[in-house]
Amino acid sequence: MTDFTSSTQVAGSTEPTLGKNRARDRFMRHRLAVLGAGMIIALVLLSFAGPYLLPFNDLYIDIRNRFAPPFASIHILGTDPLGRDHLARLMTAGRISMSIGFSAMLIATCVGTTIGAVAGYYGGYLGAALMRLVDAMLCFPSIFLLLAIAAFINPGVASITLIIALTSWMEVARVVEGQMKSLRERDFAVAAELMGGSDRYIIFRELLPNAVGPIVVAATLNVANAILAESYISFLGYGIQPPTPSWGNMLNNAQQYLSSAPWLAIFPGVAITLAVTSFNFIGDGLRDALDPRLDH
Amino acid sequence: MLRFLIQRSLQNVVLLWLVSMIGFGVLFLAPGGPLAQFALVPGMSRAELLRIAEQMGLNRPIPAQYWEWFTRLLSGDWGHSYRDGQPVLWIIGSHLGATLELMVVSATVAVAVGMWVGVLGAIRRYSVFDYLATIGAMIALSIPTFWFGLVTIYVFSVKLAILPAGNMYTIGDGSFWDYVRHLIAPSLVLGLVTVALWSRYMRSSMLEVIHQDYVRTARAKGASEWVVLTRHAIRNALLPMITVAGLQLPTLLSGALVTETVFTWPGMGRLFLDSLSYRDYPVVMGVLMLSAVLVLIGNMLADILYAVADPRIRLD
Amino acid sequence: MKAIPAAAPTLVVDGVSVSFRRSGTLIHAVHDVSFFVRPGETLALVGESGSGKSVTNLAIMQLTPPAPRTLVKGRALLTCKDGVTRDLIAASGEQIRAIRGNEIAMIFQEPMTSLNPVLTIGDQIAEAIVLHRRVSKRQALRDAAELVSLVGIPDAAKRLSNYPHHLSGGMRQRVVIAMAISCQPRVVVADEPTTALDVTVQAQILELLKNLQRQTGMAIIFITHNLGVVAEVADRVMVMYGGRLVEEGDALPLFEKPLMPYTAALLNSVPRMDMAGRRDVVLDAIRGSVPDPSHLPPGCAFHPRCNFFVAGRCDATQPPLEEAREGRRVRCLRWREI
Repeated sequence: MTDFTSSTQVAGSTEPTLGKNRARDRFMRHRLAVLGAGMIIALVLLSFAGPYLLPFNDLYIDIRNRFAPPFASIHILGTDPLGRDHLARLMTAGRISMSIGFSAMLIATCVGTTIGAVAGYYGGYLGAALMRLVDAMLCFPSIFLLLAIAAFINPGVASITLIIALTSWMEVARVVEGQMKSLRERDFAVAAELMGGSDRYIIFRELLPNAVGPIVVAATLNVANAILAESYISFLGYGIQPPTPSWGNMLNNAQQYLSSAPWLAIFPGVAITLAVTSFNFIGDGLRDALDPRLDH
Repeated sequence: MLRFLIQRSLQNVVLLWLVSMIGFGVLFLAPGGPLAQFALVPGMSRAELLRIAEQMGLNRPIPAQYWEWFTRLLSGDWGHSYRDGQPVLWIIGSHLGATLELMVVSATVAVAVGMWVGVLGAIRRYSVFDYLATIGAMIALSIPTFWFGLVTIYVFSVKLAILPAGNMYTIGDGSFWDYVRHLIAPSLVLGLVTVALWSRYMRSSMLEVIHQDYVRTARAKGASEWVVLTRHAIRNALLPMITVAGLQLPTLLSGALVTETVFTWPGMGRLFLDSLSYRDYPVVMGVLMLSAVLVLIGNMLADILYAVADPRIRLD
Repeated sequence: MKAIPAAAPTLVVDGVSVSFRRSGTLIHAVHDVSFFVRPGETLALVGESGSGKSVTNLAIMQLTPPAPRTLVKGRALLTCKDGVTRDLIAASGEQIRAIRGNEIAMIFQEPMTSLNPVLTIGDQIAEAIVLHRRVSKRQALRDAAELVSLVGIPDAAKRLSNYPHHLSGGMRQRVVIAMAISCQPRVVVADEPTTALDVTVQAQILELLKNLQRQTGMAIIFITHNLGVVAEVADRVMVMYGGRLVEEGDALPLFEKPLMPYTAALLNSVPRMDMAGRRDVVLDAIRGSVPDPSHLPPGCAFHPRCNFFVAGRCDATQPPLEEAREGRRVRCLRWREI
């Protein structure tokens, strides 16, 4: 068995860094990330423009074609027990699920960035207290917390988005806190301080712009998790309520027809997996592209 | 080692306190407020609720309410179920075993598999195996667990009929083998995420370790590749994984809830959902709090294990 | 510098070349290096970073990344303890493992990271012993205790159950040396063993190595960029530049009269005690910087930095390695004239 260590250091060539273009190039070279980006664009287009291209919408009930399996009729992906076109429903559900994912990400990122920035910049007892709060929130398994809260409120698109955001801001906060702590010591930050910049100025105009990379990566992964979270609670019945379709609650309905109409369960799951995988790929690609240290 | 453990214990105590406050906060959303957890019967009339509120001091300022609630929890009084009046802790306790069994079996297999996938990916970096394993892990982390469970049921129970579709036992057959057959599908489904996470974390831990000088020293001594891999590389790469394992507990518990639902496994997660649908809030809150406490205990165990395993901490 | 008995060499390195494959291109780190070491002798391998001095020795022990990432050509003939001469570079996996640590051992530069942090000192030394000798673990630990005393660490028995993080850098390096000599190898390769240590500790380690050599008769290949250390320990010196051997000879004559301009320049750039306080002495730094192995200058690799450079000759042909006099080789087109 030959040895498994990859490399020894050889007096190596250094490549010059070229900033933003270099990042874009690196991203493009990351085939999976590009694939992911393409997939998301496709999914978004399908969900938002698709319904206009189909001869029927998701509410149209085709009585004669109930329970139609896929590829057997004009309903490409089949129909549900009520005779509604599965593809149309998938697309409409896609709008809801992906919008919730994206909006939740926006809120979570704002909350997380604020808390993380304050904790990282000011440090001391305030910083420690805030980070302990983050740790405590992370002790709760997310589903348990989501369900408990969701059961107590009236579930609607807005409220579901809010609670998903409230249970997912912690990762972003951690990332931002770490970034702030290290950036704060750097020369340009100290210089800004000496120039007499106010705290808010330093945080928002000097430090945060330098932390954008990791924040964007965290945000991308946040969307993936948010879409997943919405699907979980909708599947369990406490998220988006019918008749509003979401990929999650479509799966809930499909459960009882698993043996008779499996396509009702398969396609929504595939859709969720595609969307979440794509965001994960994009996040990975962004991480590699924006990491200034990576030059292998 | 003692100093390390004391430090971590203090942190965990602080976390426990914060966790209780968050839990208390969630309770405020519940109808009847926090102390309704201790009320006897749901759907009590408003007058009765007010009377009990009076009795329990719900009119008192919030910190006092919190204190009342917290001390009751500490003394073991977690309220009584709205459904049958049984003590909440007792109900949860009777379901906890099933969840733990599922989690332990699933985690054991998943860690073993994930670890070796990660090791192989690291020593054969950028190979086809590594590439496939990385993509596979990312897809596995994106698949909704419940959907994977449904697909598994469809394939193995409906189409192939070799595995049961749910529950812990077949009625009339309580044998061990029957139990095992029922355990297979849910453990595998729950384990998917663990395999994916462990393979990725183990891979990066191994990559850090195999370039260390002491690995080269071991090879220069004439040790075989296997010895270098296991005794020197993996031994060191596993240390940070202990912490990772602790951090995975919440995810594992969430997964367990979903898996129990799809496979109608009679554990804590199923109990949680059933209680939710019955509006049995004392039990709901009890499970919520207990899950967080379990995570804290798990992390504490991971800390102890790490302190013992790493001689740099054990003997300091 | 003691008189070297004209014994047969223990290790003969013959025409070794090492190339690395890096993103498609082949980088030649070492070209056609040949040298030998005799029992009881210390050969110093001198050069700046990137000269190929470490890579040469790693390649001999098959410690470089495996093919196809690395290409090693040439032979490294080691006369083993059983009298059989084997080619290390052509050795199979099993053969080289039996040889590593047993016939030829290596000491590395960074004592702080050379030892496994989760195993005791005793376990690690015993591992080296058990790998090559048929003894029980208990016996190996006893031997380990002896070795630990031998390398000058007091309280040996107690030290065996210590972990590396309990020991200082100097002590760790002694442990590494103990591991290296545990099976009485014929050759020890010391790759900058004192570079990461304090000057006082450095002196102790060098003293230790010299004593061990006297006792066991092992040959030492001492890799360093520190000429002061070379003067202390070396019987013979080999200078490398740009992956090639550029001068070789007995230590004292080489210091007194270096033939290759690079060697002379190296010697001139070392501060000496007799320069202290003198205003008229200028420390000559060598202008320019070490070439990148993937972009070596044409002809003689040193010519851009050489004070004796002659256009048309030095940048046109690669100087061959010539035998200047008894025991001295040099790679320079103009050595006779300088």
